[in-house]
Amino acid sequence: MDKALYIAMTSAKNNMLGQAIRSNNLANVNTTGFRGDFEQARSMGVYYGEGLPTRAFALTETPQTNFAEGALIQTGRDLDVAIKGRGFIAVQSADGREAYTRAGSLYVDSAGVLRTGNNLPVMGNSGPMAIPEFQKLEIGLDGIVSIVGKGEAPDALSQVDQIKLVNPDETLLKKGTDGLLYAEEDVDIDIDVTLVSGFLEGSNVNPVNELTHILTLARQYEMSIKLMKTTEENSQASARLLQTNG
Amino acid sequence: MNPALYISKTGLSAQDRQLTSISNNLANASTIGFKRDRVNFEDLLYQIQRQPGGQSSQNTQLPSGLQLGTGVRVVATQKQFTGGSLQVTEQPLDLAINNRGFFQIQMPSGETAYTRNGQFHLNSNGEIVNASGFLLEPSIAIPENTNNITISQDGIVSASVLGVPTPQELGQITLTDFVNPAGLQALGGNVFAQTAASGDPQTGTAGESGLGSIIQGSLENSNVDIVEEMVNMITTQRAYEMNSKVVSTADQMLQFISQNL
Repeated sequence: MDKALYIAMTSAKNNMLGQAIRSNNLANVNTTGFRGDFEQARSMGVYYGEGLPTRAFALTETPQTNFAEGALIQTGRDLDVAIKGRGFIAVQSADGREAYTRAGSLYVDSAGVLRTGNNLPVMGNSGPMAIPEFQKLEIGLDGIVSIVGKGEAPDALSQVDQIKLVNPDETLLKKGTDGLLYAEEDVDIDIDVTLVSGFLEGSNVNPVNELTHILTLARQYEMSIKLMKTTEENSQASARLLQTNG
Repeated sequence: MNPALYISKTGLSAQDRQLTSISNNLANASTIGFKRDRVNFEDLLYQIQRQPGGQSSQNTQLPSGLQLGTGVRVVATQKQFTGGSLQVTEQPLDLAINNRGFFQIQMPSGETAYTRNGQFHLNSNGEIVNASGFLLEPSIAIPENTNNITISQDGIVSASVLGVPTPQELGQITLTDFVNPAGLQALGGNVFAQTAASGDPQTGTAGESGLGSIIQGSLENSNVDIVEEMVNMITTQRAYEMNSKVVSTADQMLQFISQNL
């Protein structure tokens, strides 16, 4: 049997994997601060030995995360922050490493630690940020957190810490298995990154784009199946020709 | 099976949860002291199918790997404790809290619950109760023949009784605050219960140490913004439709292979 069947099979299988990436983007179309992933296929040649180089199987991969900005959504909550332009908020991931996110729905937990909506501590100047009891909390453009302490006059605003805002080279960032972005080396604070308070950044997924890609992949998949069908017919035809008692 | 089927399924169920929370918010758009919920989404874990840097031949390496996301999940619903607008009702037992704080309500189980709903009533013993008939804590009883009830900004309740020239001081309503009010558990009936996430209750005098002042004759409206909920509903519905489109596409693909091969 012709090996073309197996080549067509890798194509169909990798179309399915590509669709998994696209449908994950689409599933997260309403996730705050979500960054979509790209999907591409690579042709992997298997030209070993003699003969024509006709064997190349498909390989789906996720080359990069899309760092385009999402739309800003006004919420009016003091502890909702969005990053204007490029940059990230540094958080401490579950395994203690420094990770980066754009999802800024923050809250202060019962121990006074500033956390993101998915419970990760936000990094300050030196590690996770602890905030004393307050009656009003303000987050400045540059990420400086200032509070009016409990029982103090409204003008007694005191600075507590600064949210670590970074702007690493995006090509060096990798998405971890928890969906956070990681850099290979620790990144220093960047004073040029600015926040807007009272806003959240939506997902940067363009639903039309994703749906179109999903449909394209579905058609490619059907073509691969058709090819598998054709190789089946070819081998049936040759089997018929070679039948002795015809 | 096509992984896209299960990934879109997570998208569908997340949008469904979002719609549940939107409809609850809209249903409570005129509930006094109601605080709206917001659903927090998070991308689910990613599976590494192939690490970047794998060998593509003896001397070359692949520049990028394959990492598949597995969808979305609802990580939490977050109560938004932003203030609602104040509505003047001129009723003596209608109270609003301007800024932080909660009224304490004694539940039938003996535990204390917390509320921002200041629609109070009197029971047959003359005690101040909420709409469900649960006692306000600290308990305050209004004597018979009371002509007028006055509640000051710091919560002192005084009553002027017919025939007595000086008003009689009956007690003081205290307020409670939490470090993280969003961590409170909503019990329904407009009341909240303390949890480990909310921190311990800190009770004090209204208008002092960060607590808001009490305003008599006013009520705090629900903080649901109808326009915002409507816009959220549109995006939720469209996201739901697109995810279901992916399910049907994945289904057609599987149908195609089983019919053609």
